[in-house]
Amino acid sequence: MNKSSNKFRHLVWPLVSLALLLLFNAIFTDNFFKIEIKKQDSAQAVQAPSGTVESPQPGTSWITPENYESVNDSVEAAANAATEEAGAAAQTVQDSAGQQAAPGKKDGKGVSIFGYYLYGTPIDILNQGSKVMVLAIGMTLVIATGGIDISVGAVMAIAGAIAALLISMLDAGTCIGAGMGPSVYWIIPVLAALVLTTLAGFWNGMLVAGFGIQPMVATLVLMVAGRGVAQLITDGQIITFDNPGLVFLCNGHALFLPFSVWIVVAMYVIFGLLTRKTAFGLFIESVGNNERASRYAGIEARRIKWLTYVICGFCAGMAGLLAASNIKCADSNNAGLNLELDAILATVIGGTSMAGGRFFLSGSLVGAILIQTLTTTMYMKNVSPAIVAVPKAMVVIIVCLLQSPVFRAKVLSIFASKAAKGGVQ
Amino acid sequence: MDLLQTKGIEKQFLGVKALKGVDFAVKAGEIHALMGENGAGKSTLIKIITGVYPASAGSVYFNGKECKFRSPLDAEHAGISTVYQEVNLLPDLSVAENICIGREPRTKLGFIDKKERKVQARKALARLDIDINVGENLSSYSIAIQQLVAIARALDVDCKLLILDEPTSSLDENEVKELFKVMKKLREEGMAIIFITHFLDQVYEVSDRITILRDGQLVGSYEAKDLPRIEMVAKMIGKTPDEINQMQAGIVKNTKFGDTVYEAKGIGRVGTISPVDVSIREGEQLGLAGLLGSGRSEIAQIIFGVDPHDSGTMTMCGKSVNFNSPQKAVKAKIALIAEDRKVTGIIPDLTIRENIMLALQASKGIWKTMTLKQQEEMAEKYIKLLRIKTPSGEQLIKHLSGGNQQKVLIARWLATNPKLLILDEPTRGIDVGAKAEIEALTQQLCGEGMAVIFISSELEEVVRDCDRVIVLRDRKKVGEVAGSDISLKNVMKLIAG
Ligand SMILES: Nc1ncnc2c1ncn2[C@@H]1O[C@H](COP(=O)(O)OP(=O)(O)O)[C@@H](O)[C@H]1O
Ligand SMILES: [Mg+2]
Repeated sequence: MNKSSNKFRHLVWPLVSLALLLLFNAIFTDNFFKIEIKKQDSAQAVQAPSGTVESPQPGTSWITPENYESVNDSVEAAANAATEEAGAAAQTVQDSAGQQAAPGKKDGKGVSIFGYYLYGTPIDILNQGSKVMVLAIGMTLVIATGGIDISVGAVMAIAGAIAALLISMLDAGTCIGAGMGPSVYWIIPVLAALVLTTLAGFWNGMLVAGFGIQPMVATLVLMVAGRGVAQLITDGQIITFDNPGLVFLCNGHALFLPFSVWIVVAMYVIFGLLTRKTAFGLFIESVGNNERASRYAGIEARRIKWLTYVICGFCAGMAGLLAASNIKCADSNNAGLNLELDAILATVIGGTSMAGGRFFLSGSLVGAILIQTLTTTMYMKNVSPAIVAVPKAMVVIIVCLLQSPVFRAKVLSIFASKAAKGGVQ
Repeated sequence: MDLLQTKGIEKQFLGVKALKGVDFAVKAGEIHALMGENGAGKSTLIKIITGVYPASAGSVYFNGKECKFRSPLDAEHAGISTVYQEVNLLPDLSVAENICIGREPRTKLGFIDKKERKVQARKALARLDIDINVGENLSSYSIAIQQLVAIARALDVDCKLLILDEPTSSLDENEVKELFKVMKKLREEGMAIIFITHFLDQVYEVSDRITILRDGQLVGSYEAKDLPRIEMVAKMIGKTPDEINQMQAGIVKNTKFGDTVYEAKGIGRVGTISPVDVSIREGEQLGLAGLLGSGRSEIAQIIFGVDPHDSGTMTMCGKSVNFNSPQKAVKAKIALIAEDRKVTGIIPDLTIRENIMLALQASKGIWKTMTLKQQEEMAEKYIKLLRIKTPSGEQLIKHLSGGNQQKVLIARWLATNPKLLILDEPTRGIDVGAKAEIEALTQQLCGEGMAVIFISSELEEVVRDCDRVIVLRDRKKVGEVAGSDISLKNVMKLIAG
């Protein structure tokens, strides 16, 4: 057997599925692959994106429960609208600028370092999928140890909440660091959110590795309580912000691509190196495959498991920042809702077994892209968000079946026997 | 007429041809021993006969008809009941559930009849003279009992052919006797039995005929009474009887001992083992003898920090130490090859290379890594040194046969260059050739100054190889013999009390 074919075998079926999906879009969706290079005019480049939902005056605003409904609707609409708008990629910057009132829309006013960036549906898929791609890193490591973390969605909400709270305090000058000015101090909420969610991961790790609670149960605690924590942080309100730095995370562009894509790239490079250039990855696989034997071999199995939950928390924090940045507000109820499922699916599609053991970060990345492509495709085909889950589930099942050698052998043998019978007749 | 017949069976695994055209026949009413070294292909042949794997070529005839079983259940319905080498029971289910799984007694309404199930399970176990609580989880019993449960399950099936793949590897003498009684009774009833074991005495005790495999090929089938023991061994390993005599005579005990490597005073653990003193010097081989469950393995676990001791003190190379986890013991250059290879040894989905480097890497930590080239060289070196039978170090360890898995585990620990090596039943379930190799290896390591603690149920091995033997009974140390006092008789006397 040749080694390189082995190394990439887990990628074959997800990539084939992705290719089929893209082919479908190429045929049935107009302009799906149309990518334009846009030039950002420099005056806008430094200016913060405007046109957020609510506030006529600049700066952060607090949304009280009374006007919550309308915001919530527009937030939801935004997610769909963003992809639809992007699908009709014919619009130019000038056309779209300032016309759209929904947050998170690709209004073409993202900040770009070199003034040029690519614009089109595939790019938009990458941008929208960045959250799940980042989540999938931590999820893959946790699942490889034989665990699972279902709290990542709630942890994302915590990250958004703390970031939005701090930025609003900074904007109002009621927090140390405000003196640095808005173009610098956004780093404070970002770091705070990452630290807090890393601690959340530490908590999960403590329950699982420290106290030996079943991972599903242990992380259920934070899944349920996490949104409550986020609500506490934001005092039950939705906080919007327009700090250029924070907004840049998921709306800005750098080196032709959305900045979020570069965050994803950086995360995959960092964690790819951390797991494969050190012995960390080997230990994770060993613990996930046979924890007891790993302990006997001298591996600190509990510490390894603990560490994966910490990393998972960190990734959830990054994803939470992206989500908040994307819609320029922290919505404790809806941020990251159900994304833990997408992250788990991406992992499984990528060839990592839920039973633990071998893991494939590259597979999870492809899995996340596949899921986002599917979601975007369905929005573009005007499938109602309520039933999107159904076709998604079907694709997931098909890819997972294709990943199973047993299933492939069965199918092949059915075809083989049919062919043989046909030959006899 | 033959009850079971195979013709030209071939099996190709990724990179390995496990069987190369095997013709094999079993008559009704005979006990037929299937012999061969580790990796000869015995288990693979059984798995092909019973439908675990499809054959790459060849055919299986049962009762005169060609059969292609698609699963073990399929074979069971046709009348072939099997105990596989890897006991495949469900540890978290009760004994009764394990015995009746797949054919639970039903009430009139179609629900599982739990009372009847317990009755049936008890009856099945009674055939082997075992009386245990069938409502308990299987995992709460020892490996020996688990193996007996697997056998009881197989016997409980109404069948014409019973296949036992190394059923006796963890049984004690009495349990083996009980099993043989049942096997002989079944033979009287006209059942055919295929029996695989590495204990040569057992082969001659019960078998009528012997078939020998070597390297996936059939060497031949013989009447047991016409095949002298030494000739059988010779055929198994492909050497002449003379060469074998030389191999066995080649073991030379090391007699030069250095400083004390490890010393424990009164280490014990409530409910596990009463306080004992253990000390061992460089170059010394210390045996722990006693019946199964006498506390041998427990001492090993305490020394290695798996079950920390709650009384006593220990020193390693003169320094006071306290191992409460294997990590610490590994860092202090202690190695344990534990008893239950599958649970505490192999990482099944990792490659041989990864399995070998694991302990060394664990002692180095996450950051200090070895290059792939270094890893490959290390794997290559041990594959050669220990004669591990595999096409390459990139093979998954789960695809190796038991003895070769054991060798990989030995390699894993030799790579850490330990000062104290503890071997708990290292020769269980492996063939004569590999056994001799492992014995010679431990002697060689002692000669190089390593301290070795050797635990084995086979007293002959303990007596042959050890410089000192601690004898245990009922979780207490009952005596110690050294030097020329070590003899089978003395050790047995202490064990019996
Ligand atoms: N599933 C498998 N995949 C690849 N190789 C295998 C597999 N099972 C067994 N082998 C190889 O086939 C050979 C025969 O193994 P086995 O039948 O288990 O030997 P035995 O039972 O005689 O000790 C060995 O070389 C082993 O490594
Ligand atoms: Mg075998």
